[in-house]
Amino acid sequence: MTIAFAQRERLGEAQGPIPGTTLFDGDAAAKGYALNAMCYSFNDKANREAFRADEDGYCARFHLTPTQREAVRSRNVLAMIAAGGNIYYLAKLAGIFGLSVQDVGAQQTGMSLDAFKQMLLDSGKD
Amino acid sequence: MARIIGGYFTSHVPSIGGAIVRGDQQTPYWKPFFDGYPPVREWLAEEKPDVAVCFYNDHGLNFFLDKMPTFAVGAAEVYHNEDEGWGLPVFKSFEGHPALSWHIIEQLVNDEFDITTCQSMLVDHALSIPFELVYPDAPAWPVKLVPIAINTVQFPLPSARRCLALGQAVHRGLESWQGDERIVVIGTGGLSHQLDGERAGFINPDYDRFCMDSLANDPEALVADTTKEIVRKSGSQGVEILNWIAARGALGEGGFREKTRNYHVPISNTAAATMVLEPA
Ligand SMILES: [Fe+2]
Repeated sequence: MTIAFAQRERLGEAQGPIPGTTLFDGDAAAKGYALNAMCYSFNDKANREAFRADEDGYCARFHLTPTQREAVRSRNVLAMIAAGGNIYYLAKLAGIFGLSVQDVGAQQTGMSLDAFKQMLLDSGKD
Repeated sequence: MARIIGGYFTSHVPSIGGAIVRGDQQTPYWKPFFDGYPPVREWLAEEKPDVAVCFYNDHGLNFFLDKMPTFAVGAAEVYHNEDEGWGLPVFKSFEGHPALSWHIIEQLVNDEFDITTCQSMLVDHALSIPFELVYPDAPAWPVKLVPIAINTVQFPLPSARRCLALGQAVHRGLESWQGDERIVVIGTGGLSHQLDGERAGFINPDYDRFCMDSLANDPEALVADTTKEIVRKSGSQGVEILNWIAARGALGEGGFREKTRNYHVPISNTAAATMVLEPA
């Protein structure tokens, strides 16, 4: 029951902002276009290898903003989202860094990987 | 006359594909999830559908943000999967059913849905995984595909009410189709999950249960909320429930009963669910 309560705390007020959540809207899509375009290119293995071989050059080719470049350099997913990144595309970049969606979740919540996984397991318990 | 045999609803988490490739179905982590599928397989083996009309969302394989259709209907001869960025094994291709696709497109536009039509369309794990789960040993998929993609990625998303209405228009198209196919309607994605932000890992079993309980005979209950309120209750990617809602619409207005249901938390970061509805 404590978990259900914890989740209720994470809902926020109806119609108000959603805690810890950025809706990927037109503003974000416009701001994040270059970063998301780069991530989309990673569907192609050759592009993933080109990024690995020359990260600076590859980011420059896609005209990342300095903020986006710094977010990528620091592997900081929250900063990527703040710079307009969309998680469906960022997941492809995270794959290059060897990060699973659980690693990404742990990083964003400031939890250890084990604690994050335990939270997921506990979510299923009444 | 074509016949709708019922609806199959399932989550489509990418890591399920990895578990299948590794043969992890019976491991303690995966077993409670995979145990949901034998009843679906038995149902499909009995009902033998020839066509699947499948509502799903693309995750950045076919559509990028340069052109993002709200609703897109495939009308291709064949649909291929490709590398989605993780270098995983590529899934089997689907044979299309262009004649039925165009018939549905005619119906939708006639009903004032201004859709995008796609004669070339890659399909991602959101389509492949639901088929891998229920036809695990098939050398080729035994059904032809009509894929219908809903934007669940970039706001503004279509409202849940609009998705239900889209599905209802697809149903009218299926009713007037003169072929004698047996059709299964599929909705993929969800249930509650959130990959991004400080709220990553959010799962809401109460809301998921409400969705599953309402699906058969009270779909109107699912469309009362705005998409933003659905994100609040279901997570930023839990909003993929829109695909289920559209698929429910495509089943038509009659009563339905649950043939099977499975719900398991977590698979990866997701509350995973499987349901089959058949006419009551
Ligand atoms: Fe998804």
